[in-house]
Amino acid sequence: MSELTSTAVPPVGADDHVRGQGETVIVYADLGCPHCAGEWQRLSQRRTRIVFRHFPVSSKHPRAPFLHMAAEAAGAQGRFFEMVDSLYADRGRVDDPHLWERAEQLGLDLERFEAERRSEQTRLRVRRDFESGIRAGVTATPALFSL
Amino acid sequence: MIAAGEQAPDFTLRDQDGEEVSLSDYRGRKLLLVFYPGDFSPVCSDQLSIYQEVKPELTEKGVELVGISVDSFFAHKAFQEKLGIDTTLLSDFEPKGEVARAYGSYFEPMGFANRTLVLIDEDGVVAWTYESPNPGDFPGANLIFDALA
Repeated sequence: MSELTSTAVPPVGADDHVRGQGETVIVYADLGCPHCAGEWQRLSQRRTRIVFRHFPVSSKHPRAPFLHMAAEAAGAQGRFFEMVDSLYADRGRVDDPHLWERAEQLGLDLERFEAERRSEQTRLRVRRDFESGIRAGVTATPALFSL
Repeated sequence: MIAAGEQAPDFTLRDQDGEEVSLSDYRGRKLLLVFYPGDFSPVCSDQLSIYQEVKPELTEKGVELVGISVDSFFAHKAFQEKLGIDTTLLSDFEPKGEVARAYGSYFEPMGFANRTLVLIDEDGVVAWTYESPNPGDFPGANLIFDALA
């Protein structure tokens, strides 16, 4: 079982999801969260090096864990931020058929997408970010850290 | 507020299903009391949602989690279902805030429990407490695990 005592926000690592240039902002975000969707739009319009870290709160947004795993699976095929952009742009259509439609639009291998979005490895990857947020004291989303 | 080292005052309150729950029911286990202002309020919702996400880790450390507010047990039931949490919620309804007062966690000006945490050990002794500097902030789960370390 994981250790969840306090520690600093982990620095940007090799397997973090990073996009853009400029000031580095680490964002702990929930893909089901409307506040995160708004902040995502604002951040995306700024000259910012965004580091996305998963922070799904399943009790508030029951579909969130599935969306984060879908984003990771899309990322395995090189389309992480495209999937995140798509999920935040349309938060009303997030059931499995809508995810498949998005995956098709992004040109993903659907069979691989399906297998990876349901895998334990993907779940652990999402959970790893979440736990780093808990340890850094994240209590709500979006939580932004400037480094 | 009650201090570490003191014996935790016993209480009997109704849970979200209307069943009576006493502090003594938890003797032999660690218990974390989460006093919070009110069901359905935004910060309380965030707080209990976050704690729900780390309940497996708390359970692994032998800690039971219980929320207490002045809301009725009917409201607790609806809140629990709305939030999708399974944390036991106790109703400190009548006399209003009596248990919160016993723990020094009642916020008189507003008539609800202050946002506090009280960790009680297996022998019923307070092991750790935390009082939010203001009701709008809640302690991150990391602070709970720091106390358990």
